[in-house]
This record gives sequence, structure tokens and C-alpha cells, in this order.
Amino acid sequence: MESNIVLQYILSGITQGSIYAIVAIGFNIIYNTTGIINFAQGEFLVLGSMIAISLASFLPLALAVLIACLATTLVGAALELVFIRGLKKWSPVRVVTLFLLIFIIPFRSGLFDGFPFLANMVFCVLIAAPIAAGIEFLFKRFVKSTSNVLRMIIITIGISILMREVMLHVWDEKNRALPFFTGNEVSSIDIFGAMISPQVLWVLGVSAVIVVGLNLFFKFTLIGKAMLACSDNKTAASLCGINVKWMVTLSFMISAGIGALAGCVTSPLTQTQYNMGSTLAIKGFAVAVLGGLGNSTGAVVAGLMLGVLEAFAISIMPNAYIEAISIVILLVILFFKPSGLFGSAEASRLKEF
Amino acid sequence: MAFAFKKKTMSMGIKFLFILLVAVLCLSMGSQEQTGGTVKIGAIFSITGGASFLGSPEEKTATMLVDEINAAGGINGVKIELIIKDSGGSPEKAKSFAKQLIEEDKVMAIIGPSTSGETMAIKSTCDENKTILVSCAAAETIVEPIAPYVFKTPQKDSYAAIAIFQTMNAMGIKKIGVVTSNAGFGMGGKDQLEKYAPDYGITIAIAEVYDKGATDLTSVLTKVKDKGVEAVVNWSIVPAQSIVAKNMKQLGMKVPLFQSHGFGNIKYVEAAGEAAEGIIFPCGRLLVADVLPDNNPQKALLMKYKKDYETKFKEDVSTFGGHAYDAVMLLVEAIKKAKSIDTAKVRDAIEKVSFVGTAGMFNFSPTEHNGLGMDSFEMLTVKNGKFVLFKK
Amino acid sequence: MLARYKPLLIVLGIVVLIQLLLSLGGWEFFFTQLIMSAYYSLVVIGLTLLMGYAGQISLGHAGFFAIGGYTSALLTTIDLSGLWDKGTLSLLSSLFITMEQKDPYGNIIYSFSPWVAFVVAILIAVGVAFLIGIPVLRLKGHYLAMATLGFGIIIQTVLLGTTALGAADGISNVPDFTLVPGIQITDRMADRVMNYYIAWFFVLLGLFLIINLLNSRVGRALRSIHGNEEAANSLGINTSRYKLYTFVLSAVLAAAGGVFLTHYLGSIGPSEAGVIKSVRYVAIVAVGGMDNLFGTLLMGNLLNFLSLRGYFGTFDEAVFGIILIGIMLFAPKGILRIKGIKYLSSFIREKLAVFKREKEK
Repeated sequence: MESNIVLQYILSGITQGSIYAIVAIGFNIIYNTTGIINFAQGEFLVLGSMIAISLASFLPLALAVLIACLATTLVGAALELVFIRGLKKWSPVRVVTLFLLIFIIPFRSGLFDGFPFLANMVFCVLIAAPIAAGIEFLFKRFVKSTSNVLRMIIITIGISILMREVMLHVWDEKNRALPFFTGNEVSSIDIFGAMISPQVLWVLGVSAVIVVGLNLFFKFTLIGKAMLACSDNKTAASLCGINVKWMVTLSFMISAGIGALAGCVTSPLTQTQYNMGSTLAIKGFAVAVLGGLGNSTGAVVAGLMLGVLEAFAISIMPNAYIEAISIVILLVILFFKPSGLFGSAEASRLKEF
Repeated sequence: MAFAFKKKTMSMGIKFLFILLVAVLCLSMGSQEQTGGTVKIGAIFSITGGASFLGSPEEKTATMLVDEINAAGGINGVKIELIIKDSGGSPEKAKSFAKQLIEEDKVMAIIGPSTSGETMAIKSTCDENKTILVSCAAAETIVEPIAPYVFKTPQKDSYAAIAIFQTMNAMGIKKIGVVTSNAGFGMGGKDQLEKYAPDYGITIAIAEVYDKGATDLTSVLTKVKDKGVEAVVNWSIVPAQSIVAKNMKQLGMKVPLFQSHGFGNIKYVEAAGEAAEGIIFPCGRLLVADVLPDNNPQKALLMKYKKDYETKFKEDVSTFGGHAYDAVMLLVEAIKKAKSIDTAKVRDAIEKVSFVGTAGMFNFSPTEHNGLGMDSFEMLTVKNGKFVLFKK
Repeated sequence: MLARYKPLLIVLGIVVLIQLLLSLGGWEFFFTQLIMSAYYSLVVIGLTLLMGYAGQISLGHAGFFAIGGYTSALLTTIDLSGLWDKGTLSLLSSLFITMEQKDPYGNIIYSFSPWVAFVVAILIAVGVAFLIGIPVLRLKGHYLAMATLGFGIIIQTVLLGTTALGAADGISNVPDFTLVPGIQITDRMADRVMNYYIAWFFVLLGLFLIINLLNSRVGRALRSIHGNEEAANSLGINTSRYKLYTFVLSAVLAAAGGVFLTHYLGSIGPSEAGVIKSVRYVAIVAVGGMDNLFGTLLMGNLLNFLSLRGYFGTFDEAVFGIILIGIMLFAPKGILRIKGIKYLSSFIREKLAVFKREKEK
């Protein structure tokens, strides 16, 4: 194999791998604070880029991406407040979130468009308030607060299906893409004979910024340290005065936010379709396990490894089966070393599943 | 000793009985009524799911066209009642819906399904129950061998392959690389290309299959580039079409890129951006309606469909929607010819129908259930982000 | 002793009742979807055994369904003329190993008979279940969920990538399944009622197997595993072996469902192996109440029936998403144990009891 072809494989592998790594980090952040694997992680990427694509038609690109990330962050928070914290009884925050979510439906669908703006608002409030109150009543009356892993898995799977279907009906089934951040579709950069799109540099750069940024955040900020404390020992953390509940919400916000950012950066290269989230999620999970669940540095290394491996596998096997490679690796790792390549078996045994 | 549900048994049984009875009763309330002066046509499209890019424009087109026909007073006074079902791309649902349409709605004909797999699943059902099926899927096995009641409107894959090879002969291209997706459309295309290449003196140096959901094909194309081919043929549906184009430019490949007739949507050109420049592909005339000469028999129809669709749905027209258009028109023409809405008479009439559709000039006969000839394809290319006729 | 099989008799009674109701009412067209739902409920009861009684989640059961369906579809449509000469083939035909049939062009070809295909499909399912089950069932929680999900995705990837299996289009023209001469699984309208009973015969057979299993040593072991696996282990119960047996049995039921439904429909596509399908089975088991065999049977038939009738329109997947979340939040023990329905059914039971007493007087 010629050297420039080898390099080409490596570069396309690294690009793909860094996306997997970001998804894996998203898994890790939530897993560390809650012990939950969020099956809807892939949907955050899709949602982020979908919002950005819609906004980019009338806003500058940078602003569109920024707003999309913030919006997805809020969606992450809302999901946690409603469905995960929902397992606890009576929560005023949940009522407000529910109310806002339900309020949007009649308001956006133009149910009362014929009326003046104020009346429109009032009608929507009148519809949303009793429904929100009703659901909250259901929560208060019927929710059993015992949480077990099986239940959490099924809830996050449900969330991922729901997000996917909402995206299908809000947008549609078409492939969309953000414009290239610099240059266009045909511009390419020659790196020792390997041709790459400038967007690849954006993907790599943004991934690096996310990884470094998160590291700094967890090491040097008070909130970051508080989140780490929660992942070590929840009871001890709450005894130290850390509000564990909000740390969980925050972890959903962060992983939704970085997911959205990753979705935006990769959208020009991969295009965005409403149903691509689950593939990303399973690969991200494979990477997270490979690197040791909860270990973000491990996730980066494992992500790049898997990406490069996939790219090279193409030269020896039909591309149609490539999808299965990461999963076979996942299964092998799970069978033989569930603590991951870089995780310690001792530590993983202490974690609850 | 019985197991734990011993005590619950009775109560469970009663619950079971009760809920099932209520459900069955509720469902049977909706009875069907026969109305005079209307003809029922069923439609099975995969409006959601993996093949929604086919089913969605098909559903919109069929609804629009039927509304238009009914608003104009129907076919000789007979109104059309269109019953649309969303199969989500699953053959088992297509089968379930086909049976519902045939037995309960007693439709005269079924339009769709969108994919070849679904069509093959219901082909025998429609034929055995003597209900006309006008498929919007491409595979040739749908009309080969011919089943009396089964028709289809999209062009044959083989014509597209032949059109590509004829162009290559004119350009003096001898050695090509083929990349196809693993979806049915791609695999069918690969078969056709491999079958007809020797007839035109063309060697396929490398044929690669990739996943239909692949997002980066650089590595596949690197392999192709390595073989030193004179042209690349990509046979797939979205999004790979645009990705192949982009990746080729990124790899600095200068050879021409041929696409299949599945490239027929200006959206893909937009998705591929500048990378789409110079792509050559065979296509029906719908997408280049405005550049056709005025004396082209299809022009008026194409312009009207395009304008209606684009003003109504605020999105670009696609050939897939055109397949549904032709399917509805075929039935309309046949009903006119048969002067009846009796299924058997309409079926016989279809085999005598000739009309101008979006895909080309249809000429149906007892041995030809697709009705399109080689002339239904025009070689197009992309210039300045627009489709134009390709001149050799 | 008979009390154990009482629920089976009740199910049989309801099945007969529905048949009479539909036939007399002229609603026979409902049988198509009822038959399909019945075959899907073979997967559902198997998964109930695994999830509800052994406490192991599987997000890959659609994979086993597809293994069954595809194996049988492939073996009964493959042309064997190239493999053996005509004499051997007709000899094998008389032994019911191969079967003579017409291809779409009307030529006569020889393929394996459905019974051979059925046995091979089940054997493959058992083999795969053992192979996958031994390592996978050592895992717990998220890891188990993801590993089984991964298994399902591998199966679908292989189906989509293999031309011999029809790639995205699947396999069609699958022949009818002649169980014994005169009785066959077919979608011909004339044989609808017969097929309805065939389908429910297999479901009842599956239920019979499961009930016997649950009332045996295995059942008691399973309950102890579900209660507390460590404790069960320390009592000397070989938990991993019982979990494996359950896994294999549920895989076999899923594969059998796949074989029968494929012969009934005459075709199978890769969507049958999809993640969405697996999740759907899990949703049904969750709604039915996990360790409630007859609850899941009911909900499985009801939801699949509604879905196949197309009542959910373009919201088919969304409905199952909402069901998953709603059930897990509000009624983790299944919809049949929600207070309202409980109240209603106990109300009816009371009334019935009163009615009975009156009659006795």
C-alpha cells in the first residue's frame, strides 16, 4: 500500500474516530454523575445540527451554531427534569418544564393564529396549564420512585425514539447539511499526498477543544469539581453541601451541549438525517466501553483507534459489513475485559450497574 | 402445584377477555359504505422510515393530483377516492395493508409500494385477488416475469446502465470503477452494470459495495483511485451520491463521475455543492423541463407538475414523486379508455394505453408492463449548480 | 394439576370466541392481522420468560426472529438443481426432504421442504443463542442491554450486506408451509380460519412449554435468580446455566415465530431484524407487566394488531416510544396493574360472582 493511501486511511479514520470520541464523552459525563447510560446521546447530535441548519438560513453561521448548542443544552436539561428527575415525587421545576414544553405545541402549531397575540398566548396557557398539572398529578400519584437499571435503560430508549419521531415530524425525512465552515465542498488540503477537506480540521480542532475544555472544567472550576465529587460518592457529596440533583441536570446539559456542537461541526461532512442518531450512539458506546466507562481520556484514544481500524478494514472487507466491526469489538471487549482497555478492573467492580 | 399465577388466573382471564372484546368491538364499528360514482384507489407509500425520501414526495404528489382531478369533476364524472397507508418501508406492513385495501376497501387498484422489497411481498397477493398494482419501485423483477395485474412506472435499471455505457463509448472511456450502495437499488444497478458492460467493450476494474448509510467514502474511493480508472460510476440513493462527489474532489480525482438515474433531485446537487459540477447521469426529463425545446411532447405536462408541486409543497419536485404521478395518470387513462371502473376491464385497458407521463412516453402492451423505452432517458450533467442536457 | 393449564383453556376459549364473533359478524378480514400478531406473540412470550422471569433484558430478539425467518426463506427458495441430479432430487422429495415447486417463470425447481428448513432454522437459532448467550449472560444492566443490542445490529448488518439474502429487499416468493397434508400455513383467503387456529396452536404450544418450565425446578431457580442472584448462587443454584437455558428457549420461540410468519406472508425483509423491532418487543413486554405471561400475550396481540392495521398512521414508532416512557414512569408493573383497570376488573368479577350465586339459588 502506498504511503499516501495509508495516510488517507488514517486521516479519514481519525475524523470519524473523533466524532465517536465526543459521543463517548457525552455518555461518560452522564454516566459519571448518574450511573445511567443515556441511549438518546446520538439524538443530541442530530437535534443540534437540525436546529443549526434551520437557523443558518437567516443567521450568520457562527451565531446559528451557538444558538443551536444552547437550545440543545436546554432540551437536555428539560429531558432530565421531566423524565429522570421524574422518578422522584413532586417537583415544581418539572411542572414549569412540562408547562413550557406543552405550551409550545398549540403556540407553534398556530392553533389560535386568527386571534391577537395576547389572546393567542392566553389560550395556549389555558390549554397547557391543565395538561401540565394533570401530568404532574400523575407523577405525584402514581410514579414509583424505586429506580432500577432496567427501568432507566428503557426510559432513555423511549426518549431516543421520541426525540427521533419529533424531529421527523418537526423537520422531515430529508438529508440536510450545514454549509462548510471554511471553503466549500471541493476545497481540499494536501497533507503529504493525502487529500482532506478543511472541515476535517474543524472537526479535529473542535474535538480537541472539547476534550481539553472539559478536562480544565473538571479540574479547575468549583462546579466541575463538585460534579466529580458526585461521581465518586453521591452521599458524601451531598453531605458536603453539593446539590446532587442539579449536578445531574448539569451533566445532561453539558453532554447535550457538546453533542450538539459535534453534530454541527460534522454536519457538512456527513449530512444530517433524523434517524442517524442510534448508529452514532451504539458506536459511541462501543468507544466508551473500549476506553473504560467513565474514563474520558480513554474514550478519546479508543475513539481514534476504532475510527482508524474501521477505515483500514475497508481495504480488506466489503464496506457493507463495516458497521458490524465496532459492535464485534464492543462484544469482544464486554466478554473479556468489561472494564475497558484503560479502566482498572478493580474500580469497575465497585461501580453499580 | 400451579405456579404463582394460580390465584391471578381467573382475574387475568377476565381482563384478557374484556379488553380484547372491547377492542374488537370498537374496531368493527367503522364499517365501509359503497358510494356511487367514485372509484377507490389504495396507495401504500413508505412515508416514514428509511425509504421516506421515496414515499414522502409520492404521497404528496398522489394527493395533489387526485384532488386536482376531483376538483375538475373527476374522470368522466367518476371521482377518485384515494386511501393512503404508511408502510414505513416494512414488507409485512405492506402485505397487511394490501390485504386491507383489497378485502375491506375493495379498491380497484393499489399504487405503490415505494420499495422493491415491499412490492415483491405483495405482488402475488394483488395478482391472485385480481387487483391492479401499479408499483413505484424500480426493480425489474416486478414486471419480469409479467404478472397480469402488476405494472410499474419507474424506468428500468437496465436502460439507465445502457444509457451510461453509450455515453462512455462516445467519450472513449474503456476502464471504469463502480461503487454501489448495499440497498436494493444499488445492488440492482451493480448487476445491470456488470451485465451490460461487456456488450459495450467496457471493463469494470473494480466494483465496491458500501453501506447505504455511509457518511464518508474516502477509503472506498481511495481504493478505486488506486486502480487508475477512467471514470467512476456511482449507483445509489441519498446521501451517498453527494458524498461520493465530495470525496472524489477531496481526493483530487479528476475522472468523470457518472451517477444513476437515482440522482434526480436538485437537492443532491445542493448537498454536494460545487463537487456536483460535471456529474453525468441518465434521467427522465422532469428535472430539466425548463431547458427542453418547446416542441417536446412532455414539456407542458412537466412544467405544470413542477409548478403545481413546488407552489403547493414549497420544496423541489423529484422523479420519485413523478412515479406516483405516472401511476395515477396510468389508471386515469385506462379508466377513460375502458369507459368503466370495473377492475378487469380497466386492467385490459391498461395494456392498450399510451400516454405522456413525467418519466417519458408510456406504451403499455400485454408483453410490456413498464411501458417506457430507451428514449425515456436523457443524459444530463450539472453546470453552475443546475441540471443541463449533456452534449457529447 | 389441571389448575396449571386453566389459563391455557381460557386463552383457547377467547381465541375460539373471537373466531366465532368475527366469522358470524362478517369481519373475517381481521384474521390477517390477528394471525400476524399471533406469530409475533411467540417472540413476546419468549421474551417475557427471559425479561420477566429470569430478569435478563434482551434488545436483540428481533435478530433471532430474523434468523428463523431468513433461514427458512433461503432454504425453501434456493434452487437445488445444481447440487444434485434430478433422480436424487425426486427421491429426496418423496422423503419430504426436498420439495418440488415452481419459480416465478413457471419452471420447476427443487428446494428444501419447509419442515427441513424449520428444523435447520431452529438448530441455527439454538446454536447462535448458545454462542451468544454464554458470554453475554455474564453481563448485567447496561452492558447486557448494549451487548444484545449489538447482536441485533450485527444480524441486520449481515442481512443488509449479503446479496444472497436479498440485501435491502429481503427474500420473497417463499412457499407455503405444509404442516401435514391438507393443513398448511398460507395467506390464501379461503384458508384464513384454519391459519388462525394454526397460529394459535403454536402460541398455545409455546405457552404450554413455558408454563411447564416455570413449574419445574427451572422455574423455581429462575424466580430465585430474579429475587437475588447472589443469594441463589450461594444456595448452590447454577444460575448461569438456568439463565442460558431460558435465553435459548426464548430464542427458539422467536425463531419459530420468524419461520411461521415468513411462510405465512411469503416474504421477509431486513426491517424484521431492526433495532426498532427489538425495542418494540421490549416495550410490549414492559406494557404487559414483565413477569405476567398473559398480560404480555394480551398486550402483544393488541399492540401488534393495532400497528398492523395501520391505526397509528405515521406515528407508529412514536406510539411505542411514548408507551415505553409512560409505562416505565407510571406503571412499571404493566398496564394491567394500573389501579383503574384493576378496579374495573375486580368490579366485573364481583358482579359475576354475585350473578353466579343468584343462579345457584
